[in-house]
Amino acid sequence: MKQITLDIRSLHVYYDSFHAVNNVSMTILEHTITSIIGPSGCGKSSFLRVMNRMNDLVPHARIMGEVLFRGANIYAKDMCEIELRRRIGMVFQKPNPFPFSIFDNVAFGLRIQKKHNKTFLRERVEESLRRAALWDEVYDRLHQSALELSGGQQQRLCIARALAIYPDILLMDEPCASLDPKATKRIEELLEKLKEEITIVIVTHNMQQARRISDYVAFFHTGELVEWGTSEDIFDHPQKQLTKEYTQGLFG
Amino acid sequence: MSVSKSNERLIQWTFALCGAVSIFVTLGIFAVLFWETFHFFQEVPLGAFLFGTKWTPLFVQKQFGILPLISGTLLIALIAMIIALPLGISIAIFLREYASSHLRRTLKPILEILAGIPTIVYGYFALLTVTPFLQKVIPELAGFNALSPGIVMGIMILPLSVSLSDDAIHAVPEHLRMGAYALGAKRLEVVFRVVLPAAMSGIVSAGILSISRAIGETMLVTIAAGMRPLLTLNPLGPVQTITAYIVQVSLGDTPTGTLEYSSIFAVATVLFLCTFFLNTIAQRLRQSFQHMYA
Amino acid sequence: MRKSADRLFIAGALAALGVALLTLSSLLVTVLFDGLSRIDMQFLTSFPSRKPEEAGILSSLVGSIYLTGLTALIAVPLGIGSAVYLEQYAKKNWFNLLMEINIGTLAGVPSIIYGLLGLGLFVRILHFDRSLLAGSCTLALLILPIVILASREAIRTVSHDLQHGAFALGATESQVIRRVVFPLALPGILTGVILALSRAIGETAPLIAIGALTYIAFLPDSLFAPFTALPIQIFNWVSRPQPAFHENAAAGIIILLVTTLLFNAAAILIRNSLYSRSARPS
Repeated sequence: MKQITLDIRSLHVYYDSFHAVNNVSMTILEHTITSIIGPSGCGKSSFLRVMNRMNDLVPHARIMGEVLFRGANIYAKDMCEIELRRRIGMVFQKPNPFPFSIFDNVAFGLRIQKKHNKTFLRERVEESLRRAALWDEVYDRLHQSALELSGGQQQRLCIARALAIYPDILLMDEPCASLDPKATKRIEELLEKLKEEITIVIVTHNMQQARRISDYVAFFHTGELVEWGTSEDIFDHPQKQLTKEYTQGLFG
Repeated sequence: MSVSKSNERLIQWTFALCGAVSIFVTLGIFAVLFWETFHFFQEVPLGAFLFGTKWTPLFVQKQFGILPLISGTLLIALIAMIIALPLGISIAIFLREYASSHLRRTLKPILEILAGIPTIVYGYFALLTVTPFLQKVIPELAGFNALSPGIVMGIMILPLSVSLSDDAIHAVPEHLRMGAYALGAKRLEVVFRVVLPAAMSGIVSAGILSISRAIGETMLVTIAAGMRPLLTLNPLGPVQTITAYIVQVSLGDTPTGTLEYSSIFAVATVLFLCTFFLNTIAQRLRQSFQHMYA
Repeated sequence: MRKSADRLFIAGALAALGVALLTLSSLLVTVLFDGLSRIDMQFLTSFPSRKPEEAGILSSLVGSIYLTGLTALIAVPLGIGSAVYLEQYAKKNWFNLLMEINIGTLAGVPSIIYGLLGLGLFVRILHFDRSLLAGSCTLALLILPIVILASREAIRTVSHDLQHGAFALGATESQVIRRVVFPLALPGILTGVILALSRAIGETAPLIAIGALTYIAFLPDSLFAPFTALPIQIFNWVSRPQPAFHENAAAGIIILLVTTLLFNAAAILIRNSLYSRSARPS
């Protein structure tokens, strides 16, 4: 039996009076890929941003309920969101590399932890780029601007950047939304490999993608968790009519 | 590796303190101006100040009627506006609606140079170039007069009035223009019947800010308009503006505590309140305007 | 017939532009014509004098350089700090709204009023007297709103995506500011700062209001030394009746304009070189 990394208990998210996430309870298991699917505006991104407290940065966002990371409530008073984000990384919908060099991008998370040893940085940057399957494409131009990379490469750079500080969990918010099918395929293969080392939660609106890569799938609709189970359960034997209609592409 | 939250808080407070400086600047302006003005009004009645028609603070027979300074200030500002507003608005329309982007890119830096020239330089130009030139056309023009600094001030403010009007015209959404063109309107009709009316509050705001800038302008009028506080609307003779009076007293060695000393704060308070009032209206108009097309 | 109305308007607008260009060029031509022959080593290295042909701008030029440097030292950290606070920290509440409105208002206050503030606050209350320090503090407050507005504009161009990227890596607010926001906003901030300083170099009225002297035959040797500045010296020469002094004024104006233009050019150069560097550091 796999360990529970994240345990979400009756979670609510409000923006002012808008109820974005409504009473969601679920768990995320270690070394699995969990996909969050659902039509736009269903609260899946909000749900994701709760888990590393990125929602703290959204003005007027309010959270109720509990999120336990290895048993500790991440919204407890003594929990430091900065430390939390160093253990739960995030990759965004649009690749957002810093307009610095490739090397500086990957080293960013280490440098802000005051790790400046040159050899250490060089080793960790190479390792992270290899883990993100980007090394072979960039090893000879580490000091060129990250903005010169293609969209797919930029997204893998962002994954390398997140991996460099050894997170336990990687949250991904539609990481392939702005990529072409070839780049998407590379990222999917990468995720398959990565889950041996870390836990992945990925928001996607691409049903085929969810089916291809996930161990578990959670279907959200209008802020509520409609159904949650293994990939086969959700796609082949859904319990709810709504899930069936959505996964068959009848709406959304 | 632990994150120092107290350190973060300290940094935030440092930044907040920087931000608070500007509040203290405003409070400082209020305090300094009102303190001396209060002293002034202990000796000069408010009515005599506001409605008096003679300003003779440096004579033995001191009189502190501010109207001559106001008339001088307004006269020059009026002349400047007659130049700056029509020219500014038409240049802005031309740049936005007619000119090619290449021409825009060439002309904008020239206007920026015009805006970057220190006002003391315009003062030199008004006194030693424009006034002698105008005297050839109008022989009765005095060596110090309101006309020449007024005209030069109009040119000086032109870049400001162009760029503010340009903001207003730029904010008019393209679909309004397209709608009018689709009805068969010609370019000039679109400009005058659609763009200008739609941009009106922005343009009015530009005009008000230009006026505010004109009445606060100092060195140009000090150099070229003379130092004669006359209650007149004659642009050919010398006048004195509020700002020029402040400079005149500052140049002399006026001891603290005298009535002359506190009088510069009294007139400065009037100037401050006027510009404050004008700027606030302009800002309001601008906000409502931006809101409309946001 | 409608076409001709269009043409009439274009002709009018071009005439308006012509007036502006004509003024600019005749201003430059007059000043060059009157003053260029007066600029030589003697003019640059002499103190003011009663005799126009012996007078020079040494003390006022050096005064202006010190004044501008000190002004920058005071206004730049304060201005950037305020901008960072307003853009990165300030929550939407009445106090911060007041602060925003206040900065907009301050930007519109006439410069002579800042002079009176300086007179009351720095010269009298804080007893800096008519010193370099009093002058710099006054000019610093004068350009503070300009620095704040330009820095805010520059900071606002740094996308939230990048900042969130840094936050997601566990950066603290101050790390995001120092390592992402500031380096990326720097070109814009520098451009704004230099333009604000070029405004400060030309300011005359506030310095007269705080009582800067016009006749100084020595160089300032401390923060509390009396000083004069280039625009003050120019004003002094313009105000004299003798045409020979007017030539000196024109020569001083040429130096002033060249300095201002150099600052503007520097702003553009720094902006361009930093833009290419920010994309490719070390």
